[in-house]
Amino acid sequence: MIVYLLCFVLFLVGLYGVITRRNLIKIAISMTIMEFSTFLLFALVGYIDGGVAPIVDPADPVKIYVDPLPQALVLTAIVIGLATTAMMMAVIIRLYRKYGTFDIREIKNLRG
Amino acid sequence: MNPLIPLFVVIPLAGAFLIMILTRFIRGFDKFLASLVLLTLTVFSIYSLVTTGENPSLYKVGGWEPVNRIPIGIYMVMDGFTVIVLCIINIVGFLSVFYSISYIKRYTSENLFYALFCLMVGGMNGVVLSGDLFNIFVFLEISVISSYALVAFGVEKNELEASFKYQILGGLASFLILFGIALIYWNTKTLNIADIREVFKTGYDRTFYLFAELLILSGFGLKAAIIPFHAWLPDAHSSAPSPISAMLSGVLIKAVGIYVIIRLFFNMFEISDSMSVLITTLGTLSMVIGVFLAIGQWDIKRLLAYHSISQMGYVVLSIGMGMILISRGGRSDIAALAVAGGLFHLVNHAAFKGLLFLNAGAIEYTIGTRDLKEMGGLAKSMPATSATSFIASMSISGIPPFNGFFSKLIIIIAAVMAKFYLLAALAVIVSIITLASFLKFQRYAFYDKPEYNHDRKIKEVPFPMIFSMIVMSLLCILLSLLAFPGIRDVVLTPAINILTDPAKYSTFIIGI
Repeated sequence: MIVYLLCFVLFLVGLYGVITRRNLIKIAISMTIMEFSTFLLFALVGYIDGGVAPIVDPADPVKIYVDPLPQALVLTAIVIGLATTAMMMAVIIRLYRKYGTFDIREIKNLRG
Repeated sequence: MNPLIPLFVVIPLAGAFLIMILTRFIRGFDKFLASLVLLTLTVFSIYSLVTTGENPSLYKVGGWEPVNRIPIGIYMVMDGFTVIVLCIINIVGFLSVFYSISYIKRYTSENLFYALFCLMVGGMNGVVLSGDLFNIFVFLEISVISSYALVAFGVEKNELEASFKYQILGGLASFLILFGIALIYWNTKTLNIADIREVFKTGYDRTFYLFAELLILSGFGLKAAIIPFHAWLPDAHSSAPSPISAMLSGVLIKAVGIYVIIRLFFNMFEISDSMSVLITTLGTLSMVIGVFLAIGQWDIKRLLAYHSISQMGYVVLSIGMGMILISRGGRSDIAALAVAGGLFHLVNHAAFKGLLFLNAGAIEYTIGTRDLKEMGGLAKSMPATSATSFIASMSISGIPPFNGFFSKLIIIIAAVMAKFYLLAALAVIVSIITLASFLKFQRYAFYDKPEYNHDRKIKEVPFPMIFSMIVMSLLCILLSLLAFPGIRDVVLTPAINILTDPAKYSTFIIGI
């Protein structure tokens, strides 16, 4: 049970970073921490204690396999996460060129 | 197996790919191909709307047949509710892309715009067609990543800032959704919506799933910009190029937000009293607070964006009332009426809010500002824009011959019949404030004398923009016909039936 709670704590660490950090790059890193805590939870959901990789071998009848589906889903989600991170970095670089700073307090044109 | 279903995803994705490749060799091919893709999809979606009716159809990706009535492959499902949203996406998408032919000339890299547009439409089509949770997540990310890029398409200060804000909140929403999906998978060991419902029938652990329900609601609520989660919407919708604002406000918040909330909470989770009261409260808050935030705005697109929050509040409120009535075992005909009001307003909002954003784009295209104080007297020089925006303003405020009147009337009648008198009164008051706000828009933009002389001559916008606006305004008038028997039985009734009878969806999908 403790590992699942640690995943949630990691998620909250990321959320704390997004809320309190002032630097755009650090916000992006915090987003990534949150993202990977979610992936970790998803991978743990499929883990079974004492299970082996799900390659069925008729000669060796091992009864317990880990659930392969969450692994496939997490791989897909990691690729999506790469795209979101790349997109965010592109926007951060453009913002730096326009404002000359990474400080989020300086970037506040939009109000109301 | 309905062979038409995968084409809704394949055609726009292939279109986006071909636009990037072929525009290098043939100039101007991007506009032509994007319009062609969206026109094809429009024809397909209208054909599906006419043929689907009460008979949902299914496509099993890869041809994986169910084992012991348990689905193992990826299912794509087309039912009465899906086809309505598909029609909204593709019709508004076609008109926006046709409008962009003139509008987007001001920007560089036009081919990127059309490719991203096709990707966004493909993602949204995938979200509404997908029959399992994880594919909803994947297609949702496809559509929102392209919308992040499209919001920042102008690459000026405001656009980039809005896009960054949108990415942070959108990314947070995606993680919440994935977290919720992981929790649901943990207990049910399946991702198919219909199969999850079948597992829930054998025993529903309310305390465990309440957390998952809240995560899913807040995740998709962030995408739909219901009020406590609305912070990104006014910035993103007002900074994007106008055809994209029309797509974001008219379609994206419905297809990836409201649609999924309705689908999951009616057809997957068991409807609980506390959850339906929460959804109704969120809807009421959006409706009331959204309109009060809108009334002080002087930037047209920001004003329209806040009205989107308010109008989505009507939809969520009405759907929530339906959920309350179903969970408390109230009269099923009133529940059906409430759901009908919500769906009808969803369709109408796509028509009039899309049109209003296209009008705002036309004004910006001609005089180069979005500030209402700097406009005035445009009615004489831009007759088509003025007339269509008048129709849209009257529709959104609920003035009788136009479509907004009928959907708001149905929602208010449903609230009164269900004895939620406070909600009915609030709906009427919000509608009146909306009217006031749009009379201000009409007066300052089109009728008052201009404060100062513009140094260049104002003339009407080019043909593609006028064409899109006139078709949208015709839709605003024609959609009122959905309130009457005959056409309503073809379009709205199948969707209402599949939503108000919670077990119908899952038994049907498992049965194929």
